[in-house]
Amino acid sequence: MRVFMALVRRELGAYFNSLTGYVVIAAVLLLTGFGLLDLVERIRDQPNDVPVTELFYQTAYFWLVVLLSSPVITMRSFAAEKASGTYEALMTTPVGDWQVVLAKFAGSLGFYLLAWLPLAGTLFALRQITGEAALFEPRVIAATFTGIALVGSLFMSMGCFASALTRSDIIAAMLSFLFGIGLWMLGYRPDASGLLPMWALPVLEHLSMTRHMEDFARGLVVGRHVVFYVSTTWLFLFLTHRVVQTRRWK
Amino acid sequence: MRDESRASGVEEGGNPDWDKLGGLATVSARMQLTSPMIEVHDLTKRYPGRTAVDGISFTIGRGEVVGFLGPNGAGKSTTLRILSSFLPATSGTARVAGFDVFREPDEVRRRIGYMPENNPLHLDMRVREYLKFRARLKGLGWRRSRERVDAVLEQCGLVDVSSRIIGQLSKGYRQRVGLADALVHEPDLIILDEPTIGLDPHQIRSVRALVKELAQRHTVLLSTHILSEVEMTCSRVLILHRGRILAADRTQDLERRLSLDGQVIAEVAAPAAALREVFRDLPEVESVEVQPMDGNYQRLSVQPRNGADVRELVYGEIRAQGWTMRELTRSRHTLEDIFIHLTRGKVRED
Repeated sequence: MRVFMALVRRELGAYFNSLTGYVVIAAVLLLTGFGLLDLVERIRDQPNDVPVTELFYQTAYFWLVVLLSSPVITMRSFAAEKASGTYEALMTTPVGDWQVVLAKFAGSLGFYLLAWLPLAGTLFALRQITGEAALFEPRVIAATFTGIALVGSLFMSMGCFASALTRSDIIAAMLSFLFGIGLWMLGYRPDASGLLPMWALPVLEHLSMTRHMEDFARGLVVGRHVVFYVSTTWLFLFLTHRVVQTRRWK
Repeated sequence: MRDESRASGVEEGGNPDWDKLGGLATVSARMQLTSPMIEVHDLTKRYPGRTAVDGISFTIGRGEVVGFLGPNGAGKSTTLRILSSFLPATSGTARVAGFDVFREPDEVRRRIGYMPENNPLHLDMRVREYLKFRARLKGLGWRRSRERVDAVLEQCGLVDVSSRIIGQLSKGYRQRVGLADALVHEPDLIILDEPTIGLDPHQIRSVRALVKELAQRHTVLLSTHILSEVEMTCSRVLILHRGRILAADRTQDLERRLSLDGQVIAEVAAPAAALREVFRDLPEVESVEVQPMDGNYQRLSVQPRNGADVRELVYGEIRAQGWTMRELTRSRHTLEDIFIHLTRGKVRED
């Protein structure tokens, strides 16, 4: 545990020792800011009783943030260490492969959540300004953040996996973006295309991250969705561990 | 050509007092105390289309300082990576302090302070912060890691820069940070891959001095392609070329063994013909060469037969003739010559 904590602290520290961390946080702030502007206009134009988080989710900025930030957050985790050689220094200390994988994952997830944190503050400020407490129910906001965290853990584990595959952080970022956008498109309104066989629809429906997140933004934490994110996250972490281990078979 | 049998020369570190260990001594503890620091047997590492290490065997005893010498691409780094259990071998075995590098990697890593090639460091961290982080990774507790970091900062002359960012330090300082990292958990064995590469002469001197200091308390294995480094710091040398060990011996013995054909050179004030006459027919002499120098001095080169030392003979003959002599020297092979000869495959191995 001591080693794991040291690793996580190092991972988190690395974001703030370089410009990357600040740039990502600034970009997330900018995008969520646009989303909120959009949202404020909508509330003003036509009063409604849809929770504000769901309105925010509908602005499409949410997925822009997730899809763009996750490759940048995770790209360096393994690739940069391999390129600079510190990976060899790390792997010749008595740390376990799982410890390294989980620490890299935890570090990136921690940073991702940190980047989302200002959103909570902004929502609170909006509630004070508009005075419409009904739209800002804490339960709904908590559910939204649970969704953000679960979506984040899937994207972070995918990003770590992509980063473990290569020595170049640019390639890692591209791969992780492709995985992310691929998985996202897979479940994006599959019924609209009309090209898919009937049996594929329910499968894609189940994979649909947009549907999952919609529920979270409405304030619903559905067990099925949680299981989906936890299991896919574990799948990618397992794959990452496998990649880390291949060094031993070469 | 292969000379692996010489590679051993195992020295057992002082035998432990078994009575003191009493019944508590486990089998592995015994093994660990009596076994040599490094035992490598028939180690091979193949990459697709290339054999990096080709069946090497050697043993390094506790307390030795051994230089791993070879041109770039000889397989030095690969061997060191296997020893630090970063890479698995294709075949053969390697043990560090009695532990198998493949089956018991954690035990091995705990006992090794390894500085990889090019000394990779987290350039964005501060010196003390980095060393503390590394100490924690190596399993030291909070208090212990602080103590040890203070100790290695002092030992490696880093106290003044301890709060500076590593990326802003000179290469010499970075090298010391790498060494401090290798030392921080008090390992039994220190492995340094090219510790002085890319440094200026001043920095090289200070890093070498540090390595020498380490040699008093640790077993050290360092790789280099700089021969003077081995001559200065190591008691024993393993010469590696194309994945094989070409020679392994004490540094001095190797020099002596391969310097036997050393010719004797003298500067003598004498007629050239007479000089040639005197030395040509001696049974100990293979050939004689005379070249004119300034004034009436001649430069005489005597090549001995069977590597005999003919210095006294040359001096005696010149004195007997009543000539004046201003220099007498026997050319010695430096490790550099030996290395060049060995790697060219021209050596007259016994």
